[in-house]
Order: sequence, then C-alpha cells, then structure tokens
Amino acid sequence: MKGRLARTLEIRTSPHIVSGYSVDTIMFNVVVALAPATVFALYAFGWAAAAVLVTAIASCVLAEHLVCRATGRATTVGDWSAAVTGLLFGLTLPSSLPLWMVVVGSAVSILLGKLLFGGLGRNPFNPALVGRAVLQATFPVPMTTWVVPFAADRFARLPSSTLAAPFLQPLYDAASSATPLSAWKFGHQATGTRELALGLVGGSTGETSAVLLLAGAAYLVARNMMGWRTPAAIFAAVAALSGALHLANPERYASPAFMLFAGGLMLGALFMATDMVTSPITHAGCWAYGALIGVLVVAIRAWGGMPEGVMYAILIGNAMAPHLDRLFRPRVYGAVPRRPVEAGR
Amino acid sequence: MRLLGLRSFRHGVHPPEAKDETSGLPIRQFPFAPLLVVPLSQHAGKPSIPVVREGQEVARGERIARPDGDLSVAMHAPASGVVRRIALAPSIGGRMTAAVYLEPFPGSTQEVIPGRPCPLDSATPEEILAAIQEAGVVGLGGAAFPTHFKLRVPAGKSVDTLVVNGAECEPFLTTDHRVMLEQREDLFTGIRYLIKATGAPRVIVGVEENKPDAAAHLRAGVPRDLALEVELLRVKYPQGAEKMLITALLGREVPSGGLPVDVHALVINVATAAEIGRLLPLGRGIQERVVTVTGPAVKKKGNYRIPIGTPLRFVLETVGVEQSELNRVFLGGPMMGQAASSLDIPLTKGTSGVVAFTEELAEKTHLQVWPCIRCGYCLDACPIFLNPSQLGLLARNEAWERMAGEQNLFDCFECGSCSFVCPAHIPLVQQFRMAKAMVRKRGAA
Repeated sequence: MKGRLARTLEIRTSPHIVSGYSVDTIMFNVVVALAPATVFALYAFGWAAAAVLVTAIASCVLAEHLVCRATGRATTVGDWSAAVTGLLFGLTLPSSLPLWMVVVGSAVSILLGKLLFGGLGRNPFNPALVGRAVLQATFPVPMTTWVVPFAADRFARLPSSTLAAPFLQPLYDAASSATPLSAWKFGHQATGTRELALGLVGGSTGETSAVLLLAGAAYLVARNMMGWRTPAAIFAAVAALSGALHLANPERYASPAFMLFAGGLMLGALFMATDMVTSPITHAGCWAYGALIGVLVVAIRAWGGMPEGVMYAILIGNAMAPHLDRLFRPRVYGAVPRRPVEAGR
Repeated sequence: MRLLGLRSFRHGVHPPEAKDETSGLPIRQFPFAPLLVVPLSQHAGKPSIPVVREGQEVARGERIARPDGDLSVAMHAPASGVVRRIALAPSIGGRMTAAVYLEPFPGSTQEVIPGRPCPLDSATPEEILAAIQEAGVVGLGGAAFPTHFKLRVPAGKSVDTLVVNGAECEPFLTTDHRVMLEQREDLFTGIRYLIKATGAPRVIVGVEENKPDAAAHLRAGVPRDLALEVELLRVKYPQGAEKMLITALLGREVPSGGLPVDVHALVINVATAAEIGRLLPLGRGIQERVVTVTGPAVKKKGNYRIPIGTPLRFVLETVGVEQSELNRVFLGGPMMGQAASSLDIPLTKGTSGVVAFTEELAEKTHLQVWPCIRCGYCLDACPIFLNPSQLGLLARNEAWERMAGEQNLFDCFECGSCSFVCPAHIPLVQQFRMAKAMVRKRGAA
C-alpha cells in the first residue's frame, strides 16, 4: 500500500480557510454604492458632469499607474482604490470646472494625497479631499461657481468653462446658481428639506441627492463594508449643535434639517469621513471622530468665512484619527476584572 | 453573557460550518494499521517513559509507558501485538520524537485486558486524579494538556462550576457532537468522577445551537441526583475556547495570564469527560479516540474510533482520497488545526479531526496580500479585544517587544479569527506566533 499516496503536501499554518472578503472587493463596492448618486449627477448636470467624472477617474488611475511604472513596481490600480479616489474627487467638484483643473487636482490627490506616503493604507488624509483642498486654495472662483441644475441644454453642449485652456481665466457662459448653503450664508434664504433631500438644488456634482447617497451607504453598511458609527456620530453632533443654535436664534442659525441635508454633508459624512484608511479603527474612536467632525462642520458653517466646512472638518478629523485610536483603546479581555468574582452564587 | 437571547461572547467570526456531511454519521470502529506508531510525547508536558522492551509482546490496553513526573501521563498499547522498535518517528511539525512501534497481531481478537477499576463511590479525589493520569487522559479537544493536572484545584482557590465544553466551534469537526449523542451515559459517569475530584457543586454543559439534537438528548437523560444544566450557545467561532465559554456561560472574565480557576471555574471537553467515564470504571487507559475524517478530498467521510498511533497514510488510504486532488491535510479543524508535514505521522490523543483539502479549495487561500486598509474587521473579530491591525504593523517592523508590551501579544490564544476575516489577507495570527517565539527566544537568551 505504501507509496500510493506519494503526493507532495502543502504545509501552511492555520487558519486554513478565509472569509472571502478582499480589499479590491470592498473598493469596488464603494463604486457600486456611489453609482445611484453618480447617475443622478449625470442626469442633473448633463455632459459636463460626465466630463468631470470621467476625467477625474481616468486621471487618478493613470497617475497611479504611471507612478508605479516609473518606480519599477507592479501597478496597484487593480485594487480599485485609485478609481474610488477619482470618483469621490469628481463628485465633490462643480460640474462646470475646467477639465484641466480636474486633471491637476486628480494628480495632486494621488501623488500628494496617497503615493507620497507610501500608497494605499499609509496616507493620513483622504486623498480626494487633499486634491480638493489644493484646488480650493488655488482656484477659489471656479471651485465655487456652480451651474444651474437641470438646465435645458445640459445634454446639448458643454459649458465653455469645461474646455477652458489651461492657465487661463475660464469664461462662464451658463447661468450660475447659488448653492443652498451660500444662499443661507449670504442671503439668509432657506431651502426646503424636500428639495435638499431629493437633490433638486445646485451644488457640487455628486453632493446634491441626499437620498441616493443614503441608499448607497445603506448598501455598504449592510455588506459590512462601511462603519455606521462615524456617520451616525456626525449626524448626531450636527443635529444637536445646530438644533441648539437654531432654538436660541432661528434668524441667524439654520435648522438642523437644513444643516444635515444641505451641501456636502451627506457625501462627506457617508463616503469621505468613513474612508477606512484615514478614520479611526476603534469603535469609540469612530464616535469621537464623528462628533468632532460634526461640531467642526457646524462651527465653520455658522461662524467661518465660508458657507461650507465639510472638507476641512474631515481633514482635521483625519489628522486626529490616530490620536483618537490611542486615546480610546479598547480594554483587553481579562485585563481589569469588571467586578471581583465571588465563588458560588 | 447573552446576545439576542442565546449565551455567547463578544466579537468572533462565522466561518462556514461544513459539518452536515458527517454530523449524522454514527461513530464506527476503524481497522488496525499493520504498524502503529505511538509517540511518547502526545501531550503538553514531559514525554512518558517506556516500560516495554523491543520484541516484547503486549496486550491491548496494557501499559507501555509511565508518566515522567506530574505533568505527564501513562500510555497504553492500542492493540495486542509486538513492540518492534522504540525509535524516532516524525511528528506533525516535522520534528522527530521518540515512539513505540507496535505491530498488531493480525489474527488477534483484540480483547482489552482488564485493569484495576477506580470505584466512583469509594475513591478519594486524589485517587480519581491519579486514575485519570494512569489512564493517560489528556484534553481531547486538541490541546492535549494532561487532564489530572488541569483538574487539580490549587490551595486557597475553589471551584463553583464545572463547565463541560460541547461547543465544537471548529468547522468540519463532529466528534463531540457524536460523543454527546452516543456516549451520554459515559459522559454523565465521567462528570460524576469530575464532581468528586474537584468538589464543583454545579455543572454546565455548553452546546452550540447547531447541535440541538445533542442538547435535547443530554437534557432528556440527566439523572435526578446530578446537578447538571445544558445550555445552548450561539454558533460563533471561537465559542469553544475556554475563556469564551466561561464568559458565555458564567459572565466571568478569566484574568489576563490567569486560569479559569481564578474565576472559580474548570473547563473540560465533552469527549474528555466521556472518556473518563468510559475508562475509570474499568481501570482502562486510552487506546483510541473518535476522529472526524472529512474534507473535500475524502471519499468515505465519517466519525471513526481510531487506534492511537495509526499512521495518517493508513487513515487516508482506508477512507479513500481523491489522490489527484489531495493538496493539504491538517489535523484538527481548519481554524486552528496544524497542517501535516508528512503522511507518515501518527494520529495522537489530541487529534480531533483529519481534514483533507483538494487543490481547488486550498487555492482559495492563496491570495494576494494587500496593504492594511484599517478596515477594523480584525478588531471586531478578536474575542479578546486586541488590535490585530496594529500588531500586524508592528510585526512588519519586527517590533516584537512593543507587541508583547503595549499591545498584549501574549493574551492572544491564536484562534485565527483575525487572519480569517482580513480582506488584505495579511497573515496576522501567523505573524503573532512568530512574534511570540521571538520574544520567548530573546527572553531566554
């Protein structure tokens, strides 16, 4: 009988089975979760939105691929994270933004936001927001010029600003619109919650439809690919603080519903603040991080010079994330007995 | 503690159970291999000392080795036959250890010789513990720690609950399930011995919810005079780990670095308890054990009572394997079981399962390793609330001392839940084992 089973055995250490989850699957599912809001953005802003999103994704993926090639490493675009960064970055931009600026911002996102720190998993700040922050500082006017949503000619032609030549002042021909936040900040006009939730308002490409963003996030939470604590904490903090302010002085401070549904809060809280790499890993840390971001959002919107504060709030939250993890370390099993155990009962 | 009505612990994972193919199959006696290889070190502690010579004829059940001190047990002949050699034999990890090579008589009826019974009614606790050691009993759940040693309650400590572990949370394994169904009376007898030996006033048998038949069968047969409860547990890995079981059933946390007795509990596996109940009344020693032989590469899957020392090759040839597809064989379950380095290793008292994977299944674990994306799955999986993500980063930087110091590395009992869930496929628990070895090595140097 001996020798019948002469096959070479593979020796590995346990565990011998895996759950089936994978980094690329998670990243791909973020794209899936953003699909409804993305489709709505295309519908609301037309070809201009398509041009911005395609340019952002292509530039991010290409930038990562080229850097990998140039540094002699295997390309990492297969992990889908560059595509996620590109999509998220594109969704935060005004749809009339000149495409060359989109390319610059994408390159900054990938190079400065991610690869400079060592690539996926090592970056302290959300790459898409790093790119956006640089654009905001460099091109403040194009970054805050929004076209009217659902314009009649949105599928007929591109805004002239889209194809503006690099390094020249872009010309805006389309009618620009105020966002609900700037309308409140500078004109004290409140927008109805229904319009905000459904996305019938002006704003960045992908931030307008709160309902579809929530649906996408619910999908990710259900698949255990997104932590629900961070957005829950942000929403709670925003609602609590803006609610208190609104109660004290409804003339000056907007209602909690407006604060939750206007601007980039939904996109930021659900898809930016929850970025696994740049948010805390402990549950308690996530609660603290979300609360911090929520307070900062309200503070910047209420008392800052700008109408919107989600981006900076999240970037500050990112900076705090490792410290929050250290501060809120979970108690190890058996480390300190909760109560002395008495024998017998 | 309770989660959604059923007793359980916090965190943990849900691997596929993979028990359906064998859980309904009754235990069957396995044939004798032409040559049995009985290692003298099948347990944690000192190897046993052989008391037979080469060429000596032994009867099945006869003592062939005596314990070397307290942390050691006796060994018994798994078959009537001739001791051919006492020499080195390969063990699961590839290291050679001393073993008794026993050639069973082909025509023997394989009667077990009578021993010196340990009467339940008259034996003192010390006599019961001595009988357990003499019967060669070690933890049959897989750890193979000498049972008499574990049962000894240190002076100044007391035990209020004996926890009997019928969780069997490892996928694929169904031995404890079958033992509970088929050896209920042995189990109750064993528990009576254990109560007497430890003075525990209360006994709880914890059974995972996926074995309702076993729980019902036990409940239906509890004698009036036996203070025994059967509790259902949520199906979750590693529910059968000692600490998790105590937390689930008693709501107590075993202190870091401590033992269950520190929270007045003792944990014993159902198979171990049943074996005590089967052996002690007859004064016998362990000659065989129940093993689940399964996995996609195995043709005749089942629960077999296999003689100790049966070579793995004989087991696989007897049950039949898809030779062209056989790729990986491990002893124990897939979460904590050890891969066999060779088919020539013998099965020992700690072998609860033989699981053979095909190449197709094994390839599912050959995955690209990505960087850690701090998803936190490992933190939510770790039953003792460590930060495997952080430990993994430290391991990559070879910061062994920091792992042990600030990150509680030595609280890890290597259940493998972190590696199981990691979407980056980082070999976390594997790195932790290495880190522990490095820390111990530096400590010894």
